[in-house]
Amino acid sequence: MTVQSAIHVRGLTKTYADKKNGAKVAVAGIDLDVHQGEIFAILGPNGAGKTTTVEILEGYRDRDSGEVSVLGIDPGHLGNDDRSWRNRIGIVLQSTGDAADLTVAETVHHFSHYYTKAKNPDQVIAAVGLADKTDAKIRTLSGGQRRRLDVALGIIGSPEILFLDEPTTGFDPEARRAFWELIKSLQSEGTTILLTTHYLDEAEALANRVAVINNGKIIEVSTPENLGGRNDAKARVAYLSEGGRVEILTDSPTQAIAELMSKFNGEIPELTVSRPTLEDMYLEMIEGQGDQS
Amino acid sequence: MKPSILRIGLLRGGIEIKQFLRQRESVVFTMLFPIMLLFIFGSVFKDSIAPGVTFSQYFVAGMIASGLVNTGFQQLAITIPMERDFGTLKRLRGTPMSPVSYFIGKIILVTVSMLVQVGLLLVFGALLFGLNVPTSAERWLRFAWLVILGSICSTILGIAFSSVPKSGRGASAVVSPIVIVLQFFSGVFFIFSSLPKWMQDFASIFPLKWLTQGMRSVFLPDSFAGKEVAHSWESGRTLLVLSVWIVLGTIFAIRSFKWSDR
Repeated sequence: MTVQSAIHVRGLTKTYADKKNGAKVAVAGIDLDVHQGEIFAILGPNGAGKTTTVEILEGYRDRDSGEVSVLGIDPGHLGNDDRSWRNRIGIVLQSTGDAADLTVAETVHHFSHYYTKAKNPDQVIAAVGLADKTDAKIRTLSGGQRRRLDVALGIIGSPEILFLDEPTTGFDPEARRAFWELIKSLQSEGTTILLTTHYLDEAEALANRVAVINNGKIIEVSTPENLGGRNDAKARVAYLSEGGRVEILTDSPTQAIAELMSKFNGEIPELTVSRPTLEDMYLEMIEGQGDQS
Repeated sequence: MKPSILRIGLLRGGIEIKQFLRQRESVVFTMLFPIMLLFIFGSVFKDSIAPGVTFSQYFVAGMIASGLVNTGFQQLAITIPMERDFGTLKRLRGTPMSPVSYFIGKIILVTVSMLVQVGLLLVFGALLFGLNVPTSAERWLRFAWLVILGSICSTILGIAFSSVPKSGRGASAVVSPIVIVLQFFSGVFFIFSSLPKWMQDFASIFPLKWLTQGMRSVFLPDSFAGKEVAHSWESGRTLLVLSVWIVLGTIFAIRSFKWSDR
């Protein structure tokens, strides 16, 4: 394990007892290294083992086997390190609906007392965009606002690692952009961020590296630009011909366009040139795997 | 500076009370319902059941014992499963807050609501239904240990029972009938000695019967001890039963408490 590894996982497995089917393998041998200061995204379909993996890293779940270290400490055997370790991490769970009768300010201020290096609660409330809801009861917040409060409670303790489980579900596009800026600013302060998400544009906008996980196994770890050989993938040149729309897959789109220009003697009708998106690569990988769950 | 477990526990107590007061249903259900019952039963059944003892006096003593069960057992066994359902507990467990601080907060909530409830029942009982407030130090002392042990027992059993309801929404449906049946069986709504033997035997397993009997030993004249099933207040046995439940409840609570439902 290198000093730069904030999270280090080797051979992680977890199987749940299932009344109907005997046993369900949720995590089937995962290796993972998240470097200090990076934003790392875990992508995968529902039931792929994302949440189980993350909850093991967060110290919520036991594992069956494997080696796990988060900030140099094994979250499966915290013992007396429990409080000091939790003081260094921040967790944003998938959904919470609690303490609905407290106000935003009361809740954030209260949580700030749990940590030794708490940020200024009012600044955190402003940073997540809830400044105008400071004195609103939590029960009056919209889904997206509640989510932002969840994030505020996750970052109030100035965590060294922040776990974000599908953080922007229920956000409108503007709120998502603002949220991405917030996450980037946390990274620039040195926070390591582990993110699970369904949104591939989110992974692309934020993550330094992504892991695709399916059926409890990691299929690939890469940068968003290179995932699934995306950087080497053929470009798609499409245009309108007399017989209808024509698509050419090519490694040299510029040359293809030059040829088309001479063929059409100038303007090419409805020309588009595209590269596969992260989503295209992701779907190809998941489908290639087949859905065994 | 490391935030101390006690200080965070006190802060949690403040948060718990704030939330409690803002939930109108819980204030009405936990605080006013027993007072309402006191008015209904106390106004309907005014007859004497023994020389110098009216049914309303008997009933008020039972309601004070029930107050300990309402504010501890019933309140916690209903609200903790809801907090588990909402993810409140899971989130708290993910912070450096010690679980001990969480329970200190709950104990503060129970203590405050218990003092308010028992105080209200004492005042209304004394003013309107002829409850004799004790004058001897010995009786006050007995009252004090009954309230303290009864609250501890009720709180611990509430925490222990909180892992029984499958969902937060269903918790009230599981817990409330248990409390009501125990109240009927334990000499709150009826005179205990007039109940069928099997009902008495069943109730004797549980703390409420001993608490009601204990409260009668505080608020009714000593001559009434002869009307009890054992012809005695059985203070020693009450102490024993409550202690056993506290020990068993603590073991079960520690083993079964869950911070999340999955």
